[in-house]
Amino acid sequence: MSPQHELLSLRGVSKHFGRVIVATDLDLSVADGEALGIVGPNGAGKSTLFSMISGDLRPDAGTVWFDGNDVTGAHAYQRTRAGIGRTYQIPRPFENLTVFESVLVCCHQGGGRRGRDAADRAADILERTGLRAEANTAAGRLGLLQRKRLEMARALGTDPKLLLLDEVAGGLTDPEVAELVEVVQGIRADGLAVVWIEHVVHALVKTVDRMLCLAGGRIVADGSPLEVLANAEVRELYLGGGPESATADEETES
Amino acid sequence: MSLTDTLTSRAAKAASVRRSTRSTRVGGGVLTLVVLILAVLPFAVFSSVTDSLVNLFILIALASMWNLLAGFAGLVSVGQQAYFGLGAYAVLVFAEQGVQAYLAIILAAITAAVFAVPTSWLAFRLRGDYFAIGTWVIAEVYRLVTTRIDRLGGASGKSLTTLSDIDPVTRGALNYWVALVVAVASVVACYLLLRSRLGLALMAVRDEETAANAVGINVPRAKRWVYLISAAGCGAAGGVLLVTSLSVNPNAVYSVQWSAYMIFIVVIGGIGYIEGPLLGAVIFFALQQALADYGTTYLILLGLCGIAVALFAPRGLWGMIADRTRISLFPVGYNLAAPAGSDEPSTGEDQTR
Repeated sequence: MSPQHELLSLRGVSKHFGRVIVATDLDLSVADGEALGIVGPNGAGKSTLFSMISGDLRPDAGTVWFDGNDVTGAHAYQRTRAGIGRTYQIPRPFENLTVFESVLVCCHQGGGRRGRDAADRAADILERTGLRAEANTAAGRLGLLQRKRLEMARALGTDPKLLLLDEVAGGLTDPEVAELVEVVQGIRADGLAVVWIEHVVHALVKTVDRMLCLAGGRIVADGSPLEVLANAEVRELYLGGGPESATADEETES
Repeated sequence: MSLTDTLTSRAAKAASVRRSTRSTRVGGGVLTLVVLILAVLPFAVFSSVTDSLVNLFILIALASMWNLLAGFAGLVSVGQQAYFGLGAYAVLVFAEQGVQAYLAIILAAITAAVFAVPTSWLAFRLRGDYFAIGTWVIAEVYRLVTTRIDRLGGASGKSLTTLSDIDPVTRGALNYWVALVVAVASVVACYLLLRSRLGLALMAVRDEETAANAVGINVPRAKRWVYLISAAGCGAAGGVLLVTSLSVNPNAVYSVQWSAYMIFIVVIGGIGYIEGPLLGAVIFFALQQALADYGTTYLILLGLCGIAVALFAPRGLWGMIADRTRISLFPVGYNLAAPAGSDEPSTGEDQTR
């Protein structure tokens, strides 16, 4: 693999739910500071892949390595403390906590910070993710864009080395997507590694170094964003894949 | 623009977090005064008043513990009477071993927490509704096991004899103070726990367990802590019941009726507010006193109260008060002050609790 230090590495990972195969013998590595985009039709196993990296699900076979350690058997909270931060595709806010408290609890638990240090860090993250004005609003009262931002803010609160973004741009308007891309680019500038699953391909192309296309639980294409989008198999998947086809097609042409 | 930026970033560097408000300090002062007045009450009123207030204190302790479990950790238990009964029996056993009965209440709390460890291994395998029913079943097991032990008096129960050498007036006052201490300690323990890092983590777990796990919270450990603390509080309350009634009967002390009381009090008072069980217990106690002579009508009226609160104040009476007045006597939240140079209005009050 790459000569750079591998931050995350999946070796021969397989997973199935009954007869539905969501991952077959997957190999995947992410280097320190790398930004990897993942595209693929619905049901390709993208979110399942994230769950296996973050520890919400255990693979049936294969190993997950993070930062030089085998974390295959580690709980989600342990992986978070080790430096894997994730967002959820459908936001899962702490409804009754305020935005500030939601991020603070991440700084306490995932980030291992205390007192002043944790509060300053949480306030700083709210500033960077554009949630400062909502600091004292209950998370359950936020709109979709703010919920997606809060997902990112919470993940950042855990002081991650690797950030897993699961369709943070989905369901947002174009100007909102642009704002979000700016936030992600800011995060990247700090040297964090990012793995980003996204259907909004133009947001990905602007941000990532490398792109993967996942379908039927296996990797169909791997390379620079433009290479992957030009790949014949990828084009076929997207053209036959319903609503996403237009977006993917437009992007390859532009 | 650059000046604003500098100001903003400086504000972010030194975030100013407020946890209490003026209403808190006023409220805290009033509460302290109330506790002081309650503490000197045995010198001022007839023992019949203080004797009945002991029941109120037991209810406050139990309801606070149930609120901690259900309102802050999302653990809806119908089996806390297991620890209530265990606490009563623990005081009995320790007193028979020669421990002063009032001091044995502390040991009873510890005993309940110790028994809660293996019990939690079983109970925590269940979730939601199954957890509720499972804890009830476990409490029944505690009752049945107790009735099989002849040394504890079997099914007919046993009396505490070691306090009989204290004269009744002094004993009444001691009972009252011990009950007051247990009630105040329960409320203070809830407050301190919820203000801690663990408390914030618990509220996150209650709201979204999967996400809580994903942000680095050891969810089973956090829940187990609350379960143990709640068991200890209920154990202490059980101990108080024994020293005041001087006898224990397994069918009465392990009765699911105690859980019904706890749930009723917390639901009408306001679940998820430390103030809720306090208010609820006072209302429940007042209803009990006022309607005690009316037999079944009393139960019907209690039911009507429950229905009325569920319909018109679904977050309990304190929930309604807190929403309208923004008063919080026990603030457990964090309020981030607006950054310098910002024209964002500072409400000065926590918006959620």
